[in-house]
Amino acid sequence: MAAFLGLFRRDLSLALRQGGDTGLVVGFFVLAVVLFPFGVGPEPEVLQRVGAGIIWVAALLAALLSLDRLFEADYQDGELDLLALSNLPLELAVLAKCAAHWVATGLPLALTSPFLALLVDLDPRSIATLFASLLIGTPALSLIGSVAAALSLGARRQGVVLSLLVLPLYIPPLIFGAGAVEASAVGNGARAYLLILSAITLASLAFCPWASAAALRQALE
Amino acid sequence: MINWLANPARFMRLSAKAVPWCGWAAALVLAVGLFWSLVVAPPDYQQGDTVRIMYVHVPAAWMALSVYLFIAVASAVALVWRHPLAEVAARAAAPIGAAFTFVCLATGSLWGRPMWGAWWVWDARLTSVLILFFLYLGYIALANAFDDPSRGGRAAAVLALVGVVNLPIIKFSVDWWNTLHQPASIIRIGGPRIDISMLAPLLIMAVGFTLLFAVLLMLRMRTALNERRAMALRLNAGPVHAPRPAREQAVSARTAVP
Repeated sequence: MAAFLGLFRRDLSLALRQGGDTGLVVGFFVLAVVLFPFGVGPEPEVLQRVGAGIIWVAALLAALLSLDRLFEADYQDGELDLLALSNLPLELAVLAKCAAHWVATGLPLALTSPFLALLVDLDPRSIATLFASLLIGTPALSLIGSVAAALSLGARRQGVVLSLLVLPLYIPPLIFGAGAVEASAVGNGARAYLLILSAITLASLAFCPWASAAALRQALE
Repeated sequence: MINWLANPARFMRLSAKAVPWCGWAAALVLAVGLFWSLVVAPPDYQQGDTVRIMYVHVPAAWMALSVYLFIAVASAVALVWRHPLAEVAARAAAPIGAAFTFVCLATGSLWGRPMWGAWWVWDARLTSVLILFFLYLGYIALANAFDDPSRGGRAAAVLALVGVVNLPIIKFSVDWWNTLHQPASIIRIGGPRIDISMLAPLLIMAVGFTLLFAVLLMLRMRTALNERRAMALRLNAGPVHAPRPAREQAVSARTAVP
């Protein structure tokens, strides 16, 4: 337990001290959402219709940006070998790193989303649902992303391979996250979407550390 | 049995004999199947002759799913038992599976245009098969993304196992969601709902596609194993030098210092 918390605190302080990572992710998120009204036109009706999807897709792409730093630095300087040899099971080490990653990137994304929802003219109930869906969904993004990051450790063109691997796996959270917001804009049914989104997050909590650890062991051979 | 097949040299001997047989069998079965589907089988009471696309679309879809399952099983065998040929088999099968998936999507699109009025709809079955196609491409990209080929093979094996969750989603998507794609008519509780006059050519085409897959897989595996041998020979040969003419070699052998 102490090792788990120690690793979590270490990763979190590294991420926060370097600072640039959180700022980069949130900055990209904001810019990507701001780009869309220039593309599809500023009419409020159109933006209301596609706003939830735009914000969710931009959140996905922003989360993607920060994934390659999840394991790469530790892989390069040998820290990952030490983690694999230590008493702490590699699955729990992955979980600690994913938790720190979520606090440094996913949580700021979720916290920024209500302000961006104002830019696309969503009504207050939809904004609340959007915030909830991102809060529930971004841990799944960190966890699923960790599997892809572990698989592509040390690859040539790691960023591209990572994107190719992770975007198909990100589609279920996207479907249910954006669907929840649209359902609440129409009037009802958001609860069902949010429950399925929670199921996806819990399932990835159970499955992804195990898959990532297996991938890391392959990388460390 | 799996251990008996692990010897690459034995595989090369067996496949050298098996490839011509499977090749001719595949050609024969596909010829019979195509003739039966395109000429003999009855037209549909609603769709007319357009239904004949089904005889290519459905077997291609079955192969797309089965080949992914094959890759997943081979990856599991490679990771758990370190079977030397399992990884070769999985990497060889991936482009074939991707091609079957593409054929399924393309023929489905061609069928959908006259039937549904759209080249593509975002219903559950089509979307999940498209994701399967991307999983195949991701597998191929990951396996080739590393300088060390064995590292690529292992990473791709883990990816194949992670993606297996998509297969039940594809199979049951037409039951779970109210989709435009036809629900299960053949592999379902209660038996096939399709008439034997259409089921027979469908199954023959499926057998033909399977034989085609077997031939292509063995050819690709043989090529991969030959490539590895060639690379090993090149590495063991040492620095490259041009072969000297025989006369010079004989002269230098006589005058060489003992």
